[in-house]
Amino acid sequence: MAIGRDEIFAKVKDVLVDALGVDDDEVTEDATLMGDLGAESIDFLDVVFRLEKAFNIKIAREELFPAESLMGNPEFVVNGKLTAKGLDELKSKMPHAELGDFESDPDINKLADLFTVRSIISYIDGKVNG
Amino acid sequence: MRWIWIDRFEEFKSGDSAVALKNVTLAEEHLHDHFPGFPVMPECLMIEAMAQTAGILVGEARSFSEKVILAKIKKAVFFDFVRPGDTIRLHAKIEGITPEAAQTAGKITRGEDLIAEIDLMFSHIDQNLGGKKFPEHNFVFTEMFGELLRGFVDRYPGSESKK
Repeated sequence: MAIGRDEIFAKVKDVLVDALGVDDDEVTEDATLMGDLGAESIDFLDVVFRLEKAFNIKIAREELFPAESLMGNPEFVVNGKLTAKGLDELKSKMPHAELGDFESDPDINKLADLFTVRSIISYIDGKVNG
Repeated sequence: MRWIWIDRFEEFKSGDSAVALKNVTLAEEHLHDHFPGFPVMPECLMIEAMAQTAGILVGEARSFSEKVILAKIKKAVFFDFVRPGDTIRLHAKIEGITPEAAQTAGKITRGEDLIAEIDLMFSHIDQNLGGKKFPEHNFVFTEMFGELLRGFVDRYPGSESKK
């Protein structure tokens, strides 16, 4: 059964409010998990667990937040920036993220900014509604 | 785990749930300061007791091959004081376990009374933290607490040397 985007957003918001201890109104679609909502690495695991429960789906952590496998690979990261190959890998692994300016300056320190509330909604949307 | 804060297990269902028991006594020196004339078990130590109960449950689920570290207190709500002379029971259940981490739900009871609800998250640290290396020796699960599991499971830290 298809779930509307509004309903997905509402559930994702509940998950983030519980997991990160933030207020309702802080969870906007543009908010970044680490920068705006203060998530730490362990919180990503918590968020994944809660999303699985809320939507009754299975989520591989690397699928939703594929940063670690990229960062550790010298083919993908040179001098703190993603290589062309790394960018391609990121795009194929994270179709739910909007890269925007990141493509012209793929500094890995900014990688975290790609993890927005919207990217989670898009991911769930793709997963649930195919 | 460098000290033991639970007295014994009452139930241990591998990979599923466990119930541990702790007796609280005025011989615990911190109760004299917490608080003078009004001794009650500190809530942080209730969380510790739950972390030990649930942590051992999580460790045993992977045959103690992982270093299980408390990563996050997801929820901790307390409904009543625990006083010297009380016996509390720590009920822990595994909600989810993956190669990297585990989640547990727990409650503390005294007789029929609900004392606290404590949900925790544990990290299997060798699988996390971007490949940071930890000592090979499993410093979390030492023989010290292995005795707690005697009679409940066949294999526990230190069980080999007892045979």
